[in-house]
Formats: sequence, structure tokens, C-alpha cells
Amino acid sequence: MTATTERSSAEVGKARLRKEDRHLVTGRSRFTDNMVLPGMLHLAMVRSPYAHAKITAVDTAAAKSSPGVMAVLTGADVAGEQGSLPNAWPITPDQKAPAHGAIAVDEVAFAGEVVAVIVARTAAAARDAVERVDVSYDELPVVMDLEEAFTDKVLAHTSLESNKSATWVFDSAEAGTGSSVQDAIDSAEVLIERTFYQQRLIPAFMEPRSTVVDPTGEQITMWTATQIPHILRLMLALTLGIPESKVRVIAPDVGGGFGGKLQVTPEEVITVLAARHTGKPCKYTETRSESLQAGHHGRAQVQRLKLSAKRDGTVTGLSVNLLADMGAYLGLVTSGIPILGAFMYNSIYKFPAYRFECNNIFTNKTWTDAYRGAGRPEATFAIERLMDELATELNMDPLAVREKNWIRHEEFPFATVAGLEYDTGNYEAATAKAVDLFDYQGMRAEQKRRRDANDPVQLGIGVSTFTEMCGLAPSRVLGSLSYGAGGWEHAQVRVLPTGNIEVVTGSSAHGQGHETAWSQLVADRLGVPFENVEVLHGDTQISQRGLDTYGSRSLTVGGMAVLAAADKVIEKAKVVAAHMMEASEEDIEFSAGSFNVKGTDQSTSLGEIALATFAAHNLPDGFEPNLDSDATFDPSNFSYPHGTHLAAIEVDTETGHVGILKYVCVDDVGVVVNPMLVEGQVHGGLAQGIAQALYEEAVHDDAGTLVTGSFVDYLVPSAPDLPHYITGRTETPATSNQLGAKGVGEAGTIASTPAIVNGVLDAVRHLGVKDIKMPCTPSRVWHALQDAKTTGGVR
Amino acid sequence: MASSKTITVEVDDVRYTDDVEPRLLLVQYLRERLGKTGTLVGCDTTNCGACTVHLDGVSVKSCTMLAVQADGHKVTTIEGMAQDGKLAPLQEAFHQCHALQCGFCTPGMIMQSASLLKENPHPTEAEIRDGLEGNLCRCTGYQNIVAAVKSVADGTVYDDSGVSTTAGETETAGVS
Repeated sequence: MTATTERSSAEVGKARLRKEDRHLVTGRSRFTDNMVLPGMLHLAMVRSPYAHAKITAVDTAAAKSSPGVMAVLTGADVAGEQGSLPNAWPITPDQKAPAHGAIAVDEVAFAGEVVAVIVARTAAAARDAVERVDVSYDELPVVMDLEEAFTDKVLAHTSLESNKSATWVFDSAEAGTGSSVQDAIDSAEVLIERTFYQQRLIPAFMEPRSTVVDPTGEQITMWTATQIPHILRLMLALTLGIPESKVRVIAPDVGGGFGGKLQVTPEEVITVLAARHTGKPCKYTETRSESLQAGHHGRAQVQRLKLSAKRDGTVTGLSVNLLADMGAYLGLVTSGIPILGAFMYNSIYKFPAYRFECNNIFTNKTWTDAYRGAGRPEATFAIERLMDELATELNMDPLAVREKNWIRHEEFPFATVAGLEYDTGNYEAATAKAVDLFDYQGMRAEQKRRRDANDPVQLGIGVSTFTEMCGLAPSRVLGSLSYGAGGWEHAQVRVLPTGNIEVVTGSSAHGQGHETAWSQLVADRLGVPFENVEVLHGDTQISQRGLDTYGSRSLTVGGMAVLAAADKVIEKAKVVAAHMMEASEEDIEFSAGSFNVKGTDQSTSLGEIALATFAAHNLPDGFEPNLDSDATFDPSNFSYPHGTHLAAIEVDTETGHVGILKYVCVDDVGVVVNPMLVEGQVHGGLAQGIAQALYEEAVHDDAGTLVTGSFVDYLVPSAPDLPHYITGRTETPATSNQLGAKGVGEAGTIASTPAIVNGVLDAVRHLGVKDIKMPCTPSRVWHALQDAKTTGGVR
Repeated sequence: MASSKTITVEVDDVRYTDDVEPRLLLVQYLRERLGKTGTLVGCDTTNCGACTVHLDGVSVKSCTMLAVQADGHKVTTIEGMAQDGKLAPLQEAFHQCHALQCGFCTPGMIMQSASLLKENPHPTEAEIRDGLEGNLCRCTGYQNIVAAVKSVADGTVYDDSGVSTTAGETETAGVS
């Protein structure tokens, strides 16, 4: 078995360059908008300029007579067939939600909502005709501010009696996972009360969403820029009343998602309707402005927090009261996003008491939904900001306060106050390594030097630790949270006659590198060359079952399904090997791609067995001539990656400019299949988390118009805006899957936002600044510094 | 609609003569008329740079130029960078350095990087970052893109091991 051990470590752990790259660096890409079909028509949307209005009339006559226009569809035209866009996560039995047609019929509830669609021979002709649709609106009052919406003074929908969609509560005393928060607060030696604002963010994937629908033939085929071809197929079938078997969804090359393409979009439904009405293939590609305005947003919460502690720094309780901005509708998992955070506010700590209450509230804005981290960045930000506030209150080092409260590595597995069981972790090790890479003491000395010298550029040290629940998810847990589906993943391993391998995976990559990583997994398990493995995904006709890609689930769930399917191939092949070598099955050993008869030098290869099985001339009686195998893996637990991030932040007190002098993160994502891919995920995650801290915010005016409606105003950071990251890893294997992997897609995003903001405040707190809202723009920082002189510096 | 105009443009070493609407953008001409779908459109406001191509050897955003303005000029797209089946050094470097994930910004990034290196063959890290300011990437956080450009400038790009020589430098043994 020595050979097996050597072989099994050959690929896993290696920084394999990607199989996916060549077509992307040479421009042979297959993004949806590249697709052209014979007779294809083009769509352009007529969108509401009002955030809340009654539609009183839609005059399409002029548009219909525009050159090249083949059809114009309004909400009234498709009211009987468009159904209502799905929400798969009713978090409470009495959750309220307005009907959500893809094209608005009588009322619009956010600016950018589709009221009509033009179908024309060219994209330009379609856009020209948009201006010729005359829509009459009666404006209604709008409610934009979340806290104002909570008061119900103005309703976001005339069809609902309240803006409240649902209230969801977790209380550790009631759940039996901890004691009473109220008791902890009543007896607190120190009580930290804060309100934090999670600004609205826009996923801003680089590829605008695009959909092509071909209605020819007996089956509708859709190519679309989605993270979720399988879920989309099912939801299209349910929404439009088409048999699932008559819908094929293909996600070709997809240009980023970050949760933003985890959706069943109005535009996808509309493209189906247009294709159905015209009988021709139809394409819709959004403009960037449409993408920013009408694609779902993320975050958008108000967090009211109370943290009780003893004077030695021991936290005794945490109370979280959330307002979560749904926007105008409930998208696919809108309502569940705050709930994904509910289990993470206690983070890596041993809090004895915890209460979480969330009110999901409608406003007249684009709806919110998954955005990288989805609920967990918000939770981590809140607790990591509070831990710094506690440290300040007690005049303790922020790392010391964290260490006082965190779960020690010998205490795992650990049942948390939020009801999860963390399997493994080593916060001490990750923190020690981060402190070392950062030169924490040296940075503190430099900070003191600048303070003593009254340097105009002050230095702050931002600390953040984190853990997250990922590998979504054990199906039973999802069921207990009223989610409408399971959390398993499917894979198939096919053995071709030549011995080459095709791996079919239900997880649908859009930049993560699954083709490379899954090839590494299978190369090791089956003992075949990395190059001989082909990974197929993103087409419901090829990958017949799947739950797609989000929630850092692909490796920990999808990868495990791949390994399980490969194991079944080996078991089948052993039967053929025994027959070929006239031995007993029990005497066949598999190692490094070779099937050996124990105690002899007889062996045969997987390739030889594949060819024999294909020919099927001489197989065991009753043996089905096929080595291909399916497996579906449902995880027994979430996985819990964690890490410690340290940021050295320079604040120019004269201009308010914030710079990142040094950024160190040490992440523990368990066993790593490909360190290059892991590092890439961390880098990208850091960029998005830093962007929330410093740059990005979706801003609406009082009338409901998105002011940051293009990349001129919505500040996705570019290369000079971001630092060189110093990344390190520790490796504590997960026990919830055979590989020990934990997931890495969201880690960087979750920890970096509080690290940066804690750093900004650490730089200016001694000047009287108590808090700065995100994003910490130069203007906000400068004003906070000015206000500190008079009002205490909250901005 | 204004009458069409005849243009002659050399794109990736092939001469094309076409009648185009005066309002047709260069990127639309490339994608829709010539089928050069390697060049992508990511925004409407000249911010993202996904559509970057070379006009007479200098980078331009092809969403911000009319096709008629390219009349009589030479355009190079990402599809013209590899020669005789061999990747250009920047294409190889982006692969070697894991400088792409979803790949949507990649054509524009490579074209802009080529232009940057032509102007400044030995840029510092800061100069590379500044030179790529007009090209947005949402996946990589830019670090590996900067490394890819630097590796071409330093002449350290080629390695046929199939394994990254730079990734995971800070990796350590497990501590469970």
C-alpha cells in the first residue's frame, strides 16, 4: 500500500496550473453574449424610472412600428403565463411577500423594474424602440430608508398592509444552547451598545448578465450567465408551468457571480416568454447600468447590538437586533440571507448567552439577495467591531480580548451558543502566525511613534478573526430552517474506452477552477494522469443532477461526491479485474491505477479494464458492461474555516485619505487541493471585503433613483486602490468530509471588512473619533475628524 | 438613421472592408460583424476596460470608439496575440501566475498590459498598478495580474512544469 500513499499525495496539494485558462487568454471564450443563433432576435427592456407607481397605461403602438421591431410585450400581455418569480426560503410560516411578475402589470416597486420588453432584429433596433414605449404612471409615495420603512408610515407595496415580511428569532435560553441574554445584560460589569450600518453593495461581476433562449425543437434551451443552472431549470419549470424535462439550461463560460448570479431573474423568464411568443431564438444582454440598477444587491442591514462582559474581558452575552432590507421583493434566497448570519455572531467565541432577532423589511429598492459571504460578513463585522470596542473600553489589547474568549484548540469539537457544532479549529495557531508575519509588536511601536510625534499620517492596526459555516449544507439542517431544497451534490465518473475519464459535476464553476481541482482529485483516486481527466459541468443535459455553486460548497460537498463516484468505479473495476486475471474479487488490490492480485505479480490497469468493459466480450456473468458511476453526497455538518487578519492602516488626518500599509491574513481552510487556487480565492475575497470597508456603496436619492448607476459612481476598486496581500495558511483538517477540506470562497471577504474598519478607527480613536460608517471614504473620515473636535466624532 | 459608410480596417492581420452605420462602436463591429468575440463588453462608460484592443499598437477601449474612426487603421485584438499557436508572453504569464479566474477581464487586461510594457518595459509594481487603473477585475484582487506583468518584464515567465512556481509560498505544515 506504500505505492497508494505516494500516489494519493501526488496531485492533491499541488499548485496545478489551470486547465480552464487557454481559451480565456486567447479570446476563444464562450460567454453567453458571444452566442449567435440563426434568426435570433434581440431584447431590450423598458424599465420604470419611478421607485413606486401605478401603471395606468402602456402605449406600445409607436414602438411596434419602429424599424426592425418584431414584438413588444407588456405585463398585461403575459400576466396569464409569467407566474411569480420564486422565493425558495420562507423563513417563517407567516412570511409576507408581494407577487413578483417578471414584467410589472399594475404597480412598480423599484426604479428599474421591467414594464415592457422590445423584441427586434438587432440589439440596436430594440434599444431605439425602448424610447418609443409610452408608459403612464401615477406616482406613489416611496420608502427608501430601512428604519423609516420599519415604522410602516409609508408602504412599499399597496398590496401589503405592512413593510414587515417576517420576524425570526433565535434565543439560546429557549433553544437550550445557552443562558438568558437579558440576565447577562442586567448583571453586566461592562455593556457595549452599538448600532452598525451595513451599506448596500452591488455584486458587480464583470460579465453583465446575458441570456439566450432557443425555442426551436421540442425542448427550450437556455444559455445564461448563472451560478445555478440546475436550480434555475427547476424554478423556470415551476414558474412557467413547463415540464422540467422540456427545459435545458446551459451555463457556458460565466464571468463571475459572487452570489449575484444566484438568482432566477425576471430577464431570464422574459427571454423565455419572448422566444415563446416569437418562435425564434432570443437574446437579452443587460447594460452595466441595468446590471447595477436591477440585478440584486447585497448586505443592507441595520445592526443594533448589545455585548455584556466582565471587567476581565470575558464576554457574558450578546444581543443582536437586525433590520434587514429586502428591497421591493423576495428573490430566490433574499429572506434567508440574514439567517445565514444568525449562527455566526458568536463567531469563534465561547459566549454563554445569545439572542438574535431579525425583522425582514420591504423598501422601494432593488431586492437584496446573496452577495459573497451572504449574512456571515455582516455578522463577523458586528462582533469583530464590538470586540475592539470592548478592548478599548477595558484598555486591553484587541488580540488579548479575543484570546480571552475564543474556543481553545483542545476544546473542539465545540457546541456553540448558536446551536452549531464546530468540528475543528486552531485559532491560537492562525493568530500566532499572523502576528509573526505582520510584526505586530513592531507595528504597535511605529503606531506609538507616530502618535507621540503627532504625525499627520496616523497608523492604526486592524484586527479581525473569523469563522464561517460553509459547505452548504446538510439537507436536514436546511429543512429545519425551512429552505426549499437540500444541500447535497451529485457527481458522475465516466470511464471512456481508452481509459480516459470524464467527471460530471453538479457544481457549476464560474472562475473558481473546478476543472483543475476535480481533475487533481480524480487523478489521485483513480491513479490516472491529471491530463486524462476531463471535467464537464454547467449543462443540465450533461450534468443531470446538481445544486450548483455558492456558499463555499463546491469542494466540501461537490468534490466529495466526485470522490465517492470514483470509489464506485474502482469497486466495479475490481469485479472485471478479478474475472480477467481469474482471481477472487477479495484478492484484488487497487493501487495507483493498477489492479493487482494479492501476493502475485499479476496486474491489470484501469485502461485495460475499461477497454474490456467496453468490448464486453468476456465479462463476468450478469455484470453490467459499464464502469460509470454516480454518487450523491450530503454532508453531515457544515465546515468551519477560520482565520486571523491584521491590517496596518494609514489615515491622513489632513485629507481623510485611508491607505493600507500592510495586510496579513492567515486562513485555515483545512486540507488544500490546490494552493494556487486557494490563494486566488483569498485575494479576490480580500478585494471585495476591502471594497466594502473603503469604496463601495449603492446610493439612492430620496425619489428612489440609484445614484451610483454606473462604474463612474459605483467604485469597484482598481489595481492602485488595493494593496499587496501577505497570505499564510494553517491547516486543521475538517472532520465532516473525507478530505478534511473546509471551503475558501468567502473567507477573504468576511474577515477583511472589519479588519480595515477596526484599523481606521484604531488610527483616529485617540483623536476623539468613535465610529465611521462604511465605506470609510476620505470625506467621511475627514468629517469625523472635524466633528470629533466638537461632537464626539460619530459619522 | 444616417446612411452607412464604407470602412477598411486591418484586424489581427486580415483586411476587412465593410459598410457600417456611423454610430456603430468599434467593439460592436469587432464582435458582431467580424465575430471577434474574444473582445468583451463589461460596462457602458469606459471604466472597466474589458473591451481594450490595440489601434496601431496603442491600447484603446473599443467601446469608446466608433468603427468609422478605425477606418484605415490596424487593430489587434486578444485573438491576434498568439502567433503560430504559441501564446504571447503575457498570455503565458497570465496562465502561469493564475492571473485570471472567470476570465472576463482577461482579454482587456492582457491588451492593456502589452501596451503598458511597450511604453515602460521595466515598470515597478506601483507603475504596473497605475498602468492598469482603467481595467477592472472582480475576481483576482489584482495581485497575480501585477505579478504576471512583472514576470514578463523580468523575463521570468517560461516554465513548462504545469505547476505554479509562485503560489502557496507562505504555506506551512499543519498545526492541528
